[in-house]
Amino acid sequence: MKTPKNKLSSSEVKHVAKLAGLTLTEAEVKKFQAQLSEVLDYIDILKEVPTENIEPTSQVTLLENVFRQDRAGDCLNQKEVLSEAGKTHKGLFRIKRILDND
Amino acid sequence: MLLNQLTIHQAQEGLKKKKFSSVELVKSCLEQIKKDNQRLNILLTVVGEDELLKQAEKADQQSQKFSSSSPLLGIPVVIKDIFCTKGIKTTAGAKILENFYPVYDATAVDKIKKAGAMIIGKANLDAWAHGSSGENSDFGPTQNPVKEGFVPGGSSSGSAAAMAAHFALSAAGTDTGGSIRLPAAFCGVVGLKPTYGRISRYGVIAMASSLDTVGCLTKDVTDAALMLKIMAGDDGYDATAPKIPVPDYPQLLTREMKKIKIGLPKEYFTAGLSKQIGEKIQEAVKKLEKLGFRIKEISLPHTRYALAVYYIIQPSEVSSNLARYDGIRYGLGRSFFGDEAKRRIMLGTHTLSSGYFDAYYLKAMKVRTLIKKDFEEAFKEVDVLLTPVSPTPPFKIGEKVNDPLKMYLSDIFTVTANLAGIPAISVPAGQADGLPVGLQILGPQFSEEKILQVAYQYEQYR
Repeated sequence: MKTPKNKLSSSEVKHVAKLAGLTLTEAEVKKFQAQLSEVLDYIDILKEVPTENIEPTSQVTLLENVFRQDRAGDCLNQKEVLSEAGKTHKGLFRIKRILDND
Repeated sequence: MLLNQLTIHQAQEGLKKKKFSSVELVKSCLEQIKKDNQRLNILLTVVGEDELLKQAEKADQQSQKFSSSSPLLGIPVVIKDIFCTKGIKTTAGAKILENFYPVYDATAVDKIKKAGAMIIGKANLDAWAHGSSGENSDFGPTQNPVKEGFVPGGSSSGSAAAMAAHFALSAAGTDTGGSIRLPAAFCGVVGLKPTYGRISRYGVIAMASSLDTVGCLTKDVTDAALMLKIMAGDDGYDATAPKIPVPDYPQLLTREMKKIKIGLPKEYFTAGLSKQIGEKIQEAVKKLEKLGFRIKEISLPHTRYALAVYYIIQPSEVSSNLARYDGIRYGLGRSFFGDEAKRRIMLGTHTLSSGYFDAYYLKAMKVRTLIKKDFEEAFKEVDVLLTPVSPTPPFKIGEKVNDPLKMYLSDIFTVTANLAGIPAISVPAGQADGLPVGLQILGPQFSEEKILQVAYQYEQYR
């Protein structure tokens, strides 16, 4: 890659992957380290722009709160909602245990 | 001329006058699909022939009462495989959803169906709409029908290619940073990205929620106006679609225009632009001048920061939207993400993470304000803007796959419209070395009729 020094260390790549719930191989860590560092170098260009008194834009069409009547409508039934689930149990989604209680 | 090569408005005429039936029309599309789809990899799902013929027969029976409420009666359309279609497999081009059958229709799909159209198939795309070439699809790249071996542009690669290869009469697409306009330019068809919120995104697999827009790919500008009228409007299921009336876009196309002033932003005609494309755009400018448009050079000073802003905001929002894929409620688990999705998820997770948020995401949102202001200032001086769509002609399949940053630079002239939330259309402007070149026309928010009018005039003259 073009950058002489990578902006992200390999441990930072692993940390970010962990936060994002991704599992990477060592080869992937190396590849993504270089590729992501290159993109981060590119976006550093924004440091040139003075933005002290500038408001951030998070919504472009300037809509504010949108309200509607609080009225019940049609919704999917339980069978439809569960139709794509990997594992179900008595009409519920079945997942792996996430807390150890012993 | 084969029936599948018709535009929507030509087919409507023919169906009304009983020159041919909807059954013949759909058969003609299916024949083309059978001939070319395996080689070009345009459609990931083709709806069963029996089902389609049944729908076409029904449309033919109803055609006596052709009405304005079903303007697409008996017309075969293609839908980008990122729109949920009830009972039709919807993959987003991603392995994780390789076997996902939605239980409801996206609002845009629902409107297209209610207008009488038949969904003939679901179009290939870069997985999760991440890409500029179509090569990030987990189901293999789509070929450019104009010149095989070249990319069709992305991410609505199959939707654009389906128009160029005449698999259907129109296609629905999505555009987050150029995903309708770039493939339209690369395949030599029309691509319309409306104002943010003009068309509901309900039921569209989300990419970057502050940028995502729904639009269409068509064979001409008239069809783009038709499709927009059908799909636009507010929706209780998408709070970003405002209650702004939907104009009669097709009718407004031919309306007498007062003198329209076209701005050429000088930052789009810099060293990064390939010579052939620059020449084609200048030719188009001369034609528009002859048509009576006034041309003025203007400046959008923050243009050079747009791609950096986009590559912070977009991956940040991607990382959040793709967090829902855990393999529990639907789809496969996170180990099935492809490389590009992993890159964007990690980039976004990093730029949003504690200690980096202010330097990256907040900074990008502030520069976004400046980019949006640039456009607001420009539209005080001119009515619309004219730019190239892509800095380069279509490139060869494989040419940029190992260099993500180089690939990202393909979007340099298209991301600005998404950041500012404004509408933009890509119109064919001829070919350079046998490959299509696209012209982009941009207007202020909710001024779709204006960019469509200019595009229409240009198309008539061309």
